Amino acid sequence: MIIWLLVAFPALGAALLLTWGKESDRFGHLIATAASAASFVWGLVLFVQLLGRDHDDRTVTESLFTWISTGPQGSGAFHVEMSFVYDPLAALFVLLITGVGTLIHVYSIGYMEHDDRRRRFFAFLNLFVAAMLVLVLAGDYLVLFLGWEGVGLASYLLIGFWQHKPSAAAAAKKAFVVNRVGDIGMALAIMLMFKEFGTTEIAAVGDSVAGATANTITALGLLLLLGACGKSAQVPLQSWLLDAMEGPTPVSALIHAATMVTAGVYLVVRSNAIFDASETARTAVVIVGLVTLIAGAIIGCAKDDIKKALAGSTMSQIGYMMLAAGLGPAGYAFAIFHLVTHGFFKANMFLGAGSVMHAMDDDVNMRHYGALRTALPVTFATFGLGYLAIIGFPGFSGFFSKDKIIEAALAHNVWIGLATVLGAGITAFYMTRLMAMTFAGQKRWKDEVHPHESPRVMTVPLMVLAAASVLGGILLLGDWITDWLEPVVGHTEHHEVVIGGVELAPIAVSALVTLVVAAGVAIAWATYGRREVEGETPEKVSILTRFARNDLYGDTVNEWVAVRPTMGLARGLARFDQHGLHRAITGFVELIGEGATAMRSWQNGFVRSYALGVFLGALALTLALLVVIWR
Amino acid sequence: MISLLAAVPIVGALLVTLLPRGNRSQQLVARHAALGVSLVALAVALVAAARFDVDAGGYQMVEEHSWIEPLGAWYSVGLNGIGLTLVLLTVILTPVVLLAAYRDELPGNRSANSYVAWMLVLEGLAILVFTATDAFLFYVAFEATLVPIYFLIGSYGGKGRQKAALTFLLYNLLGGLLMLAAVVGLYVVSADAGEASYRLADLSQIAFGENTEKLLFLGFMAAFAVKAPLWPFHTWLPEAAASATPATSVLMVSVIDKVGTFGMIRWGLELFPGAADWASPTIMALAVVSIVYGALAAIGSTDIRRLVAYTSVSHFGFIILGIFAFTQTSTSGSVLYMFNHGLSTAALFLVTGIMISRRGSAEISAFGGVQKIAPVMSGILLIAGLSSLSLPGLAPFVSEFLVLAGTFTVNVPLAVIATLGIVLAAVYVLVLYQRTMTGPLTEQAKVVTDLTAREVAALTPLVVVIIGLGLFPQPMLDLVNPAVALVLGGLP
Repeated sequence: MIIWLLVAFPALGAALLLTWGKESDRFGHLIATAASAASFVWGLVLFVQLLGRDHDDRTVTESLFTWISTGPQGSGAFHVEMSFVYDPLAALFVLLITGVGTLIHVYSIGYMEHDDRRRRFFAFLNLFVAAMLVLVLAGDYLVLFLGWEGVGLASYLLIGFWQHKPSAAAAAKKAFVVNRVGDIGMALAIMLMFKEFGTTEIAAVGDSVAGATANTITALGLLLLLGACGKSAQVPLQSWLLDAMEGPTPVSALIHAATMVTAGVYLVVRSNAIFDASETARTAVVIVGLVTLIAGAIIGCAKDDIKKALAGSTMSQIGYMMLAAGLGPAGYAFAIFHLVTHGFFKANMFLGAGSVMHAMDDDVNMRHYGALRTALPVTFATFGLGYLAIIGFPGFSGFFSKDKIIEAALAHNVWIGLATVLGAGITAFYMTRLMAMTFAGQKRWKDEVHPHESPRVMTVPLMVLAAASVLGGILLLGDWITDWLEPVVGHTEHHEVVIGGVELAPIAVSALVTLVVAAGVAIAWATYGRREVEGETPEKVSILTRFARNDLYGDTVNEWVAVRPTMGLARGLARFDQHGLHRAITGFVELIGEGATAMRSWQNGFVRSYALGVFLGALALTLALLVVIWR
Repeated sequence: MISLLAAVPIVGALLVTLLPRGNRSQQLVARHAALGVSLVALAVALVAAARFDVDAGGYQMVEEHSWIEPLGAWYSVGLNGIGLTLVLLTVILTPVVLLAAYRDELPGNRSANSYVAWMLVLEGLAILVFTATDAFLFYVAFEATLVPIYFLIGSYGGKGRQKAALTFLLYNLLGGLLMLAAVVGLYVVSADAGEASYRLADLSQIAFGENTEKLLFLGFMAAFAVKAPLWPFHTWLPEAAASATPATSVLMVSVIDKVGTFGMIRWGLELFPGAADWASPTIMALAVVSIVYGALAAIGSTDIRRLVAYTSVSHFGFIILGIFAFTQTSTSGSVLYMFNHGLSTAALFLVTGIMISRRGSAEISAFGGVQKIAPVMSGILLIAGLSSLSLPGLAPFVSEFLVLAGTFTVNVPLAVIATLGIVLAAVYVLVLYQRTMTGPLTEQAKVVTDLTAREVAALTPLVVVIIGLGLFPQPMLDLVNPAVALVLGGLP
């Protein structure tokens, strides 16, 4: 199996498009799309090969070259091979990244058609796909970090793609800097591995866990979690994701919904050996997931910007995945299952939102929408299927994947489980609100707007993703996904849900969740479907709404806790350095300088400098002699 | 071989000064000639590198002639992996800088002949400094580098150049003064022990008394700490960089300041292992202060040149931290860091220098939205910036991570504080890019035109090497590792 080819296609595509001149403007997007598609096809080939192997023989390692080494392997020196590992977990990700990625490439051909920097856009998309593949294929934590920062760079470039907009440039910088805070965790985790285990290779680290102290393992888990929080926009490093919606919508779909933001979940699952061994770290993961799933859902309820409502939802859904991953072996596979189905339906809905914006002259305010079901029938239908999937309508993919997480959470702890049920209800509320404001009711758009369905190149990817959103549950048939992932994450015991001494059958849990979801739908429909939606955002709202609208004041906290103190300190320090410290040290230098200026009256040009040099030279010699004599 | 390498630029400089000076086209001839000389030096260095045996840790291509017999001073030069790394840096950057500086506006219609000649002299002296294996020869070459830089800043710089040149000279002379005392002290100790000799090989045989070793070490360290520059001896650097031409800044910060960190290894660790071990906690602490302080001061800077200078203060902190952590990983990382930082800072100084000369102002607020009219310039600024913030995939990441990982194994708290620097680096780079390049194009920034073909030609090699060594750093590490192992092996 040649694994590196997966990365090579998009990497080559990006390199080609970034260095080729203007003449490639006409076909650059085709090269990029072909590169991504080639990677997908190769991913399929490898996947089939992996299927053909024995259950226990599904890990393929490929070492390309020695990346960084200060000494031979195993000598305690730092040694990192540029190595890839293709196993069941990586295989799923490869298909998700290249599959959804290719669809979004196709969609972008239409979406970015009128942008004069389209070639650049596709180059960055290719760069992203390549980096994301490095991330999930990495056989060493440092190689993973290379992909990790690579996707961060692509995200930065694509959020700020419309650089002339100050808001886009600011959002891009914010995303990068906040992620760097998480990267501290990643970097320190890798250093700790090197210190304690003498290796940063993922498999070797997993093997070393057994011999490590509990504190080391817990520290590793918490540091990795910090990294995961940054990349996956989990509380407390969530604030960048909503701003990241400044990027073109296909970017939001690919990077900030389907793939990159789930990298934190991937990291936790990939590091399962570490998290299995530390209950404290697992608990921290559960808490982060739980808080984010509720916080994201609340934010999603209050946004009038369709993309930000979806972004809140993404935070919340990743919260579900994170929580599941924090449950340990009982949850890893379900975290990945939900990650995959979410990749389908959220990419579908983001692209659908893009289609709506395309129709509405890039207006993102849902209060200016309404009644778009007739103007955009295809978008409405595909979006509707995604909607049913995310709220967990029975039979749709999200129904299975979310139910499994809720079930596992209930089995772990009733209160955490009930919170995830509540989250499902809020999800149903904000998604129904979004659907109602966009597609139902009366038209609220101005007469000069002429909504029109998007071209085929955009709607076909929508249809494919809609089909996947509906059918994604197939992966659970005969427990396929848990069996498939077993070689990576270990065997999953089925845990019974017991509440108050009564054992709850899975069907009862499903019924409970469906009931809560129905309630959420009904409340939203009563508020936004049956009643006329106001054309402008109401000013007089409850404290909770205001709280949600301001992203739970996350930015305000960052501003006062981190940004202002740092910037104040930095400015003060720069001034102190130039005028305080420098003055103090050069105080006597100035004196000599003045002496030199005085001499200028009878010396010209550079002679004074020579004089100074001679003077200092003499001084130096005298002092040196003094030192020697004194000795 | 080594003498030839050092002689090419110095003889070349003499020839360039003899060329007719006067009108623009004659000066252009001088610039061409200088570029040619630097390319010859590059070729000679590559031949030397090809002949170099990477597996041997010691000195190769050694040349020795008795020089000042009563003093025990020898003309003794040799290359080890560390020296070769820095020689390569020097010979790569000099042609880049000369090419980038073709159109530098010189104050008062000064002749370009001397400008480029001084740069060549500096190149030759730098090679001598990196290859000297005699303390006296090193001292003389070390101090001699002050002369070309003094004139490059004082005669060819911008506003405030004379004061900046004087500040530079005095700071470095004061540091050098203490080193001179130590050099004299070395003579005394060496003469006491038998026959006076300044050769490194002879000096490292001497058993210094504990206090003597500490004093001598501190004498050398004083000069190196000023040069490197280590907090709080760094304040001359922002002043000098703010007044120098970009070309001078590159040669000063990327090459000559490395003499400080290079000297810490060869004339600190190698010569005074016991004292280096004794001083390492203090020096590591100062290095971490440099990292954080430099990064914060960069964030707070409103002048682009000062900003870039402060980023270097921060980066030198990493280099010094790695050296004095005394682990194979961190010290190898530091040597590689010297090379990588040289490239990335060169790219940063050159591209910002072009921006500044087009706009006629170095204030960040004088720019805005420039990517609209100068996409290539903005792209290269971004790549240079990303390399400065040590993005994985680019060369500086490798060295910075090695420094941090190695330091972490011996001192967790300092490594953790140093790691905070990665967030600060993201802030100073991205804020600079955001404020100058993004947003709507401001009226006053419209004068900034994109890079010319010549400028692209000068910067492209840097970008290529920065990316190449990010993915394939091992050839450089193979060069560095054995020499570092040998140095660290001598430590207590």
